[in-house]
Amino acid sequence: MTFRAKHLLGIEYLAPDEITTLLDLAETYVELNRSKTKHSDVLAGLTQINMFFENSTRTQASFELAGKRLGADVMNMAMQASSTKKGETLIDTALTLNAMHPDLLVVRHPHSGAVNLLAEKVNCAVLNAGDGFHEHPTQALLDALTIRRAKGRLHRLSIAICGDIAHSRVARSNLILLGKMENRVRLVGPTTLMPSQISEFGVEVFDDMREGLADVDVVMMLRLQKERMDGGFIPSEREYYHRYGLDAEKLSYAKPDAIVMHPGPMNRGVEIDGTIADDINRSVIQEQVEMGVAVRMAAMDLLARNLRNRSAA
Amino acid sequence: MKTLLANAILIDPEDKTEALGWLLLDAGLIADKGTGTPPACTNTIDCRGLHLAPGIVDIGVKIGEPGERHKESFRTAGAAAAAGGVTTMITRPDTSPALDTPEALEFVTRRANEAAPINILPMAALTKGRLGHEMVEIGFLTDAGAIAFSDCDHVVADNKVFSRALTYAKSLGALVIAHPQDPNMSKGAAVTSGKFASLRGLPAVSPMAERMGLERDLALVEMTGARYHADTLSTAAALPALQRAKDAGLDVTAGVSIHHLTLNELDVGDYRTFFKVKPPLRSEDDRLAMVDAVATGLIDIISSMHTPQDEESKRLPFQEAASGAVALETLLPAALRLVHSELIDLPTLFAALALNPARRLGLPCGRLAIGAPADLVLFDINAPFVLDRFSLKSKSKNTPFDGQRMQGKVRMSFVAGHAIFGAEYADH
Repeated sequence: MTFRAKHLLGIEYLAPDEITTLLDLAETYVELNRSKTKHSDVLAGLTQINMFFENSTRTQASFELAGKRLGADVMNMAMQASSTKKGETLIDTALTLNAMHPDLLVVRHPHSGAVNLLAEKVNCAVLNAGDGFHEHPTQALLDALTIRRAKGRLHRLSIAICGDIAHSRVARSNLILLGKMENRVRLVGPTTLMPSQISEFGVEVFDDMREGLADVDVVMMLRLQKERMDGGFIPSEREYYHRYGLDAEKLSYAKPDAIVMHPGPMNRGVEIDGTIADDINRSVIQEQVEMGVAVRMAAMDLLARNLRNRSAA
Repeated sequence: MKTLLANAILIDPEDKTEALGWLLLDAGLIADKGTGTPPACTNTIDCRGLHLAPGIVDIGVKIGEPGERHKESFRTAGAAAAAGGVTTMITRPDTSPALDTPEALEFVTRRANEAAPINILPMAALTKGRLGHEMVEIGFLTDAGAIAFSDCDHVVADNKVFSRALTYAKSLGALVIAHPQDPNMSKGAAVTSGKFASLRGLPAVSPMAERMGLERDLALVEMTGARYHADTLSTAAALPALQRAKDAGLDVTAGVSIHHLTLNELDVGDYRTFFKVKPPLRSEDDRLAMVDAVATGLIDIISSMHTPQDEESKRLPFQEAASGAVALETLLPAALRLVHSELIDLPTLFAALALNPARRLGLPCGRLAIGAPADLVLFDINAPFVLDRFSLKSKSKNTPFDGQRMQGKVRMSFVAGHAIFGAEYADH
């Protein structure tokens, strides 16, 4: 079993064998979560603090459940209402937390790199639960596990990531992970929502959904980040849906057995048609949520093992 | 009392020469110079074959007075400048409040002269409060000693306001210094757009924003005939416009910061905020284009863009962290990297560091000519060291060169013939 990382800050910092190790372990937690007991004590005696500087009910609940099912003492800190609003810096917060001796720190922050900064200042393991437009590693890992279970493999697949790529940390983590596992990654969306020079990441870029979805195995839709649309990235939601919303006609260009994914929350009728999202033959969106808990359990388990090994050394 | 500086390699940016020789200083001026046997002098300093050049004239220095004295004072900046071979500092008006009245300028001038051993000449803001709405009292401020007018990194976005300020400045012969950047394109940006910015997920600005800003400024300079200096160009895309303006005979010069000559966007690495500067660090191709532009003379001036920031301003997530780096003491060693890598020769380097800024500002220094002020720097071009930011004399320690290997140390600095740094060196 290979997993060397001290923190889980981004897929960028993981090797392919570490990704495989994590996904393999996550499979065992999928089984645990489907059993009646749903409990393990691998994190017994450890303290997990969830710090969310940005709202996220789903991700926070997923991490909380993962920690509790592994027997950790879990604490949620509502950073929106905390002393950071009174002028305390992120580093001050980190030092305060350090004094509480947590073992696992789960952090979401609206600014790219903020989680890296925090990781430099604390002694415990840090998990990035999403930072700015940078990375969302557990989302990419849960997507990878979902794909592997649906397709039986996680290599040599053709995967289209569609929509608001520029504002998506999910897209960034996914394209890095899927590239590392030797898949063909396509990015599909309006050119105004493409990060600059993104083609240099070894991906194919399309601004036409039908071309971009042609013969792909996986269609990964992204949420249109409407809160970031002030700058006029698209003319209107209805034009966006017309050109980039996933409906049955556009999906017909993908392989007949292509799966549909979405990290949630969905804007139905904006980036995805409701009937596609709810189609149990195509959509694996609910399975993604289930895999999220298992992947986060695996990540925390592996980081805790490394933490214990370092303490013992 | 006369002082003889003997046995030095004289770097003369005016004659474009470097040769072993001597300088005789008297009454604050260079009284004589030569390459043969020096005249007898009771007060002789043996320079032991080190390089002697005109003191640096730094056109872009921010001091924390008034408003942010905890970041830098005239005393600490003066000490840092002396240690860095900077003998004349042009200070920026991006203080708090902005230097936009004759009274504020007179306060600053008095504080500067009391506290620092070097020449300090203040710039004034171009518009009131640097808000871009109304021009300042350019005439009164000129009388009060403003050497140039600039809103620094606040671009005057209103073309009508900027053109009127240029027109008025032209009537008084005042120099306007601008930071070319389209303000809407660059709003909120922390790095340069491209692969690195995409990987790090940071808000970014296209290099094109600088070209757009410069093209706008040059069109208005053409219209008004004003004297104009672009303070920090940083992209290859902007250079053709600068060349065209110079070829057309516009009264235009341009500068580059030492950071854009020696660092690139990849130095930011894992969100290292000491590398967050304005404009943001660019690609390696842009950096090399800027070095080439200095070597060919298209870019006239190298400045430190010294911007002190305290720890609290930098120990933040990259997007939230303040921009800027201290550079008074690292300007020369960093610039010497270009000499060591044979991209620029020493006379060309000192033309950009001393001669050209002095000429642009109408100052008599920046030269090794007889009759010029005896503002000088003596340095060991080969002395290696590892920079420890806590050894800097600046009050703030935000340097991107912390822990880096540098080559080239200032041994002595002179202002008006007096040693203001390294006097002990002369005693050995």
